[in-house]
Amino acid sequence: MAATPTGMRRFYAVLAGVAVIGVAVLGYLLARPSRVSIPANVTVQASDTAGFRGYIKGPESAPIEITEFADYQCPFCQTFATLQMPTIEERLIRTGRLRWRYRDFPLQQHEFARLAAHSAACGHEQEKYWEQHDRIYEGQAEWSAARDAGPLFRSYAEGNGLDLARYDKCMESGKYAGRIQASVEEGVRLGVSSTPTLLVGDRLYQGRFDSDAISRLVDSLAPRTAVQ
Amino acid sequence: MIYRMAAALLSLLGLLVSAYLYLYKIGWIGTLACGAGGCETVQTSPWSRFAGVDVALIGAVGYAGLLLAGLVSLQPGLAGRRWTSDLLLALAAGGVLFTMYLTFLELFVIRAICRWCVGSAAIIVAILVAALLDRRRLPAAQAH
Repeated sequence: MAATPTGMRRFYAVLAGVAVIGVAVLGYLLARPSRVSIPANVTVQASDTAGFRGYIKGPESAPIEITEFADYQCPFCQTFATLQMPTIEERLIRTGRLRWRYRDFPLQQHEFARLAAHSAACGHEQEKYWEQHDRIYEGQAEWSAARDAGPLFRSYAEGNGLDLARYDKCMESGKYAGRIQASVEEGVRLGVSSTPTLLVGDRLYQGRFDSDAISRLVDSLAPRTAVQ
Repeated sequence: MIYRMAAALLSLLGLLVSAYLYLYKIGWIGTLACGAGGCETVQTSPWSRFAGVDVALIGAVGYAGLLLAGLVSLQPGLAGRRWTSDLLLALAAGGVLFTMYLTFLELFVIRAICRWCVGSAAIIVAILVAALLDRRRLPAAQAH
């Protein structure tokens, strides 16, 4: 029943051939450079910010506005976005008491933060900003450890029902690099140096926050009875 | 021996497919070559991890084990041994059961089909068939 030595040699030759071809293909795929990167050294043009104050959630009539400067790759921002924001949204934003303004503040040490911000901006272009925003934060552990986060952001876009052809074009153009940089420069002007940082009125709050602290802050600024 | 050779060769193919999916999963390669399929939907779904481990990595380890078992079973002196055949069969059966679970998730929970996963499913079933045929050819007297 044993194979002849010639038969075994042929088998090992085929096996080695398949292994070499397979490893070569994987090596080629690994060696391909990342297709998209979002530059930080862009000059902000007036058109980058025209009519754009940030990504806003909540009614214009809300008496209080909180501006969040955040970095998609910052772990505290992730915890805040995934654990605290749903409660804030339910208790304060949907009830018309608060308007939330999200501003990008990608930190230099976070390799994919700017790419993540751009991916979300491309989601905004298709009216799916918050869906993409939420999914990027949910997947932070996954894409932060990736060699190239771009494909994962693209898969989130696909999962969120974005038109992928438009998304790809948007990402490859880097068209929102200036908008992101403008957001960073706004934060720097205001004194933001870490993330997350909240701007309420003219005061900056840095560090970790929970929904109860935000509720207390909103209560202190606009008594509940006055609104409801 | 032809069945063991087939099992080893198929295991290598399965290992390459799993490695490809795992490298994608950890973001080391770009988009999956998947046509209009739902590979990315499947690979980025919560069910792409099992017990905290990437399914693609489990597949790669499983196929590596099958490849090793297949190569061991081909060594001179082990050709007629039933335990090598049993080992191949047990690993392949485990792989098929796990694949059935994943296919169920794709069809009824994620509702997206990953062509590479279908390819892997075909490979593991083929390995199981090869392992069964290999076991059948062994006389019962060599069981001990």
